[in-house]
Amino acid sequence: MIKKIATLHSLKGWLIAFGLLGIAMVLLPLLNIFVPEESVLHVPDYMFSLLGKYLCYALVALAVDLIWGYTGILSLGHGVFFSMGGYAMGMYLMRSIGKEGVYKNDLPDFMVFLDWKELPWYWYGFDYFAFTLLVILILPGLFAFTFGYFAFKSRIKGVYFAIITQAMTYALMLLFFRNETGFGGNNGLTDFKRILGYSLQEPSTKMSLYIITIIVLFLSYVLSRYVVQSKLGRVLTAIRDAESRVMFSGYNTLHYKLFVWTLSAFLCGIAGALYVPQVGIINPSEMQPSNSIEMAIWVAVGGRGTLSGALVGAGLVNGAKSWFTVAAPDYWLYFLGTLFIVLTLFFPKGLVGVFSRFSSKDKARGPS
Amino acid sequence: MDSPGAHIKDDSVDATHGCILYIEGLTVSFDGFKALDDLNLYIDDGELRCIIGPNGAGKTTMMDVITGKTRPDRGTVFFGQNHDLTEMTEYEISHAGIGRKFQKPTVFLNHTVFENLELALHAKKGIWQSLTKSLTGEQRDTIEKDLETIGLKEQKNLPAGLLSHGQKQWLEIGMLLAQNPRLLLIDEPVAGMTHQETEHTAELLKSLAGKHSVVVVEHEMDFIRSIANRVTVLHEGHVLADGKMDEVQNDPKVIEVYLGS
Amino acid sequence: MTTTSTLYKYQKLKIEPKSRKRFIRFFGFFLLLAAGLLPLSLVEANDFESALKDLGNKSRSKIKIAVKLLGDMGNPAALPALEALRNKRLQISEGGALIILDESGDQGHDALSGKQVDLNSLELRKPRINNSVRRVLSVAIGKLQLTSDDSDVRLAAAKELLKRPSSGLVVLVENALAKESDDEVREIFLLVLAKEGLNSDDKKKRLQSLKTIKEIGNNDFKTDLEALLGKDEKGEFLEKDPTIRKSASQAISSIERRQFFINQAANLFYGLSLGSILLLAALGLAITFGLMGVINMAHGEMLMIGAYSTFVVQNLFKEYLPGFFDWYLVAAIPIAFTVSAIIGIILERSVIRHLYGRPLETLLATWGISLILIQSVRLVFGVQNVEVANPYYLAGGVEVMNGVVLPYSRIAIIIFVVFVVISVWTLLQKTSLGLQVRAVTQNRGMASCMGISTHKVDMYTFGLGSGVAGLGGLALSQIGNVGPELGQLYIVDSFMVVVLGGVGKIAGTVVGALGLGFVNKFLEPIAGAVLGKIIVLVLIIALIQKRPQGLFALKGRMADN
Repeated sequence: MIKKIATLHSLKGWLIAFGLLGIAMVLLPLLNIFVPEESVLHVPDYMFSLLGKYLCYALVALAVDLIWGYTGILSLGHGVFFSMGGYAMGMYLMRSIGKEGVYKNDLPDFMVFLDWKELPWYWYGFDYFAFTLLVILILPGLFAFTFGYFAFKSRIKGVYFAIITQAMTYALMLLFFRNETGFGGNNGLTDFKRILGYSLQEPSTKMSLYIITIIVLFLSYVLSRYVVQSKLGRVLTAIRDAESRVMFSGYNTLHYKLFVWTLSAFLCGIAGALYVPQVGIINPSEMQPSNSIEMAIWVAVGGRGTLSGALVGAGLVNGAKSWFTVAAPDYWLYFLGTLFIVLTLFFPKGLVGVFSRFSSKDKARGPS
Repeated sequence: MDSPGAHIKDDSVDATHGCILYIEGLTVSFDGFKALDDLNLYIDDGELRCIIGPNGAGKTTMMDVITGKTRPDRGTVFFGQNHDLTEMTEYEISHAGIGRKFQKPTVFLNHTVFENLELALHAKKGIWQSLTKSLTGEQRDTIEKDLETIGLKEQKNLPAGLLSHGQKQWLEIGMLLAQNPRLLLIDEPVAGMTHQETEHTAELLKSLAGKHSVVVVEHEMDFIRSIANRVTVLHEGHVLADGKMDEVQNDPKVIEVYLGS
Repeated sequence: MTTTSTLYKYQKLKIEPKSRKRFIRFFGFFLLLAAGLLPLSLVEANDFESALKDLGNKSRSKIKIAVKLLGDMGNPAALPALEALRNKRLQISEGGALIILDESGDQGHDALSGKQVDLNSLELRKPRINNSVRRVLSVAIGKLQLTSDDSDVRLAAAKELLKRPSSGLVVLVENALAKESDDEVREIFLLVLAKEGLNSDDKKKRLQSLKTIKEIGNNDFKTDLEALLGKDEKGEFLEKDPTIRKSASQAISSIERRQFFINQAANLFYGLSLGSILLLAALGLAITFGLMGVINMAHGEMLMIGAYSTFVVQNLFKEYLPGFFDWYLVAAIPIAFTVSAIIGIILERSVIRHLYGRPLETLLATWGISLILIQSVRLVFGVQNVEVANPYYLAGGVEVMNGVVLPYSRIAIIIFVVFVVISVWTLLQKTSLGLQVRAVTQNRGMASCMGISTHKVDMYTFGLGSGVAGLGGLALSQIGNVGPELGQLYIVDSFMVVVLGGVGKIAGTVVGALGLGFVNKFLEPIAGAVLGKIIVLVLIIALIQKRPQGLFALKGRMADN
């Protein structure tokens, strides 16, 4: 097994990967702790929440790349899986507030506000972290599996699938917007205090969450890399390029599509769960159709069908977003819109495609 | 997830009566237009059969029904005596031992020639196997042999997208061979090929007959004459004539259909 | 002519949108009356005028007598003054002239001459009335209203009575009922009497009342009737008489049945209305997606552009042609179409045509376009919603049944949709452009070989789809808010319509849109709007299981390409 994993990358590839891992996991925290605050080399505390957020987006990009970049199935509904993980974590965090809310009540504040007397049944169990973890790992994948089973079985593909997933996220967003649904309506879940007993305000907690996110992202990357390097990965790209030929070659494409679709939702759910404690809020706007489409552009920027491209793309687009919202909020949408158009028209292979034009050594594998 | 390849050995094709494919009373209509109209056709085991017919005669629709792409309104299609193809999905049909080459060459353009053959290779094709198994030495040998048969040994590490049109056609045939099917359905194999390539293809197909049953749909008469023993003419969804090339060519019904009246 | 002007004013105050037609009829009738019967009214004028003047008398008893007299005279011209007296808007000048203030209290006119008066130049005092006068006053007003020549006034008075019964007027109602010819007013009169009878001690009267209620089935009585069936703490019926109880429960079920039908009818109308709106929103999409296979995520923004074009035309009319303001909407139709079509064509030429055959890329690129369009509109027109007013002929609505009002704007949209669908259908089926479009749709290569300029056809088709979306935006501006996110609200539903209807056929889109509209509206009362939407989505997915290519799909080879 280890031998197999070791062959996923060349030596150079692994060196780069571990180098990045070292910088993120060791160097940055050291710069935070040991370098005095006045120094330019000092990494401020808030940086870790911000980086943690980007890492979660990177994990989402990884998930979207598996389903879209490799298998050619564009999902416009990944926000749902992200939110499912996020809401599950949010529910746990809400329950951990205990009686320290505004109303000093055992129920979450928004329920007190709505004059609810007891916890809805679907909130049971979220007092326990182990249960929450189970939900995070199972629910998004299970939901995706069910949805995907019906969609793929009836051979919905291409734009039809994209539209149906968009409608899915839109409908669920409307559902979560309602107070009666019991997930905090408009405002969602927020004002968290602690996770597993550790205060979320503490820099050490933030740093730990950040480190955990890196580890999860790294493991997810290795897993994804393993998948796409296996014959299964070649079947997935084959489905993207000529699905009927794959079927006539004796593969049950339904199983393959379901597998990668579920895996993608699973990763996306984990990303959502890691995102919420670091950002401090989850609300239905995460399920806006526009959010899910943005996820696609992260992957497109980096380069579809390359995992590293997806990671880089998520970082670049979100970095740009952070910069624009401060410097020129009116022009962010212009930038994003232009990005969509320019990428599809001129750089369908993204940054990776641009680079591989210069170094022909790297065999471009994106869709033509 | 159940592996679709698990039942290969148990479900071998029963062709004890000498016939590999039975098509009986087959009717398919699209919005009132009858693409196939009470078609009856039998293919012998190990036979090389050519099917000709003018445009709209129903040749491609027939292929679609045999491979599970289109469901018929009426009629039965049996593969051997034990596989009812109208009840099976594409991948099950493929597993039962039918391979199909499309009219337009359909190969995986972003995969290398070798990978194309690897994907087509006769093996268990479930998710778990794909995720964990690597090629065995024996399988590599099979692929190498295939590469030799279709003459693409030099190009084995080239992405299929870089092959010429004729090479893509051969690669697709090679992929069918890798599947090791009992019955090959080949739709217009020499369309767009040079004369030399056509000859090469004819050789290839002739060498397949005997080991496999082969059904070829083609327009190119010289090509058909060079490979076929027996020719079936389709017209308006049913069989118009059937027999040796010379007989068929002189059949007044066929002449009328092709030359008009 | 005095009566004419005051009465006209009275009418104007009281006018309700739904009674516009009646008002026009009545007003015409009244002009005739005023012209023909003028001498007659002059004869009576003297008594009338002195009685009216007495309303300003300093003595309360004189006022009381004057009020009674005016009520008995039955001249509706007294109504404005009487009502003003009741509403404390009647004032008296030193000369004894009656001044009626308008609702703001800033302006007033003479009750007799109807002329505007300058309030500042006059010393005004309020007439002094007490409860005893007020009682007489409301009887007199009721009497005048109930005997008014205008059925609308009678109807309003009867409705008022139904809401706030006043025992003094029951006799009047009985009398009025005998003379009443308008069915609608009669019905309300009967209900007023029934309400009165329900509380009487006479069992016969009560049963008669219940029978009336049952026959008419008015929903307002439901709580009253349910009270009759209530029980006290010991579980005994509050109403001892079983025959009354039985009759009451029959009346309730009759009311419920009637209410059910009304609700279904309303659902039907609103379903049709929603369906027609969805159809307008989705028709353009059906053209661009169905015929060209282009997924245009900026389609919603074409709707928005149509709506904003309407807004701009409205403002231009307000600025330069205020006299013809109400016709701005008609002028906006070609403009909304053209503006959206031109923007659509620009998009097609600059971006979309490079992406033919790559639907997913088209989807992303057009999404980018939509972001840019939304942001541009925000920067030009602001983030807030802008106001697009209904022209007078679309304001208000017609009340077809108790509680069911059909807004004119929605009715107009339904008619408009029929017009647009027929135009598009004709264009595609009966013109040479349509023939070319269909040819390109079915076989691009062949069409090109036959000398059809596929580029041009693509351009026109896309322009047509966008223009139709612009018309959709114009329609939407008449029933909802116009804001930068307008298009986003409809894009998901529009796609659902096209997916449901299947691509390539307008009939499919029509059926898809109407079907979605009806299903939505009939599910809403049962499941709520949001759950309804989710159910619809699930239904669509279930339906696609059966018919993967939509309801009206092309089959065979064409479906694959």
